[in-house]
Amino acid sequence: MAETKKMAIVVHSGTLDKAYPPLMLASAGGASDMEVDIFFTFWGLNLLKKNGLKKTKLPGIMRPFTGMMKRKIKKVGIASLPELLKLTLETENVRFYACTATMDLMNIKKEDLIPEVTGYMGAAGFLDIAADCDIQLFI
Amino acid sequence: MTEKPKTDVTLDARGLQCPLPILKAKKQIKTMEMGQVLEVLSSDPGSKEDFPRWCNRTGNELLGVFEEDGCNHYFIKKQA
Repeated sequence: MAETKKMAIVVHSGTLDKAYPPLMLASAGGASDMEVDIFFTFWGLNLLKKNGLKKTKLPGIMRPFTGMMKRKIKKVGIASLPELLKLTLETENVRFYACTATMDLMNIKKEDLIPEVTGYMGAAGFLDIAADCDIQLFI
Repeated sequence: MTEKPKTDVTLDARGLQCPLPILKAKKQIKTMEMGQVLEVLSSDPGSKEDFPRWCNRTGNELLGVFEEDGCNHYFIKKQA
């Protein structure tokens, strides 16, 4: 068996199109026995709010087509974001961190976030985690 | 390999897209005994590349892949 690999992902956008790739990669990584740490910052932190994944929309002028896109996603057999989150957590290899500066900036309290949030930290804290990872992504 | 391996558990992941076949396979294989064989049915074209690499990464053995009924059947022996 290959040695355990580690992946760090920074998620800074809260729109539907930018929410999928990190959760797809994190769940696949977790299921591949990788240790995955995800840092949710700026608009990305909205995804960790209770029901945040459910409320995601397409960005900008594509926003009115969100419903159409979600129906297409379902039709082709891609998991919904809440389902993907559940499966990601079930791998037991993925941890979620909330950016504390974003919490202050956007007035988000701990109790606004899903209980599965592993920790709260700033840039230096997450960089310390990312520095020891084999894969580092910014989405 | 021309003959299909004996299967202990079958997982029907047809109609599911990436990364669901892998996620469901991992969930299933966790519940199985060492040496048992999992057969995964997947229609996701990405699975052709995903399952051999996933098996290699996780230390499980891909015994073979068979195309049948319009989808691929992946036979995975639990080794880890």
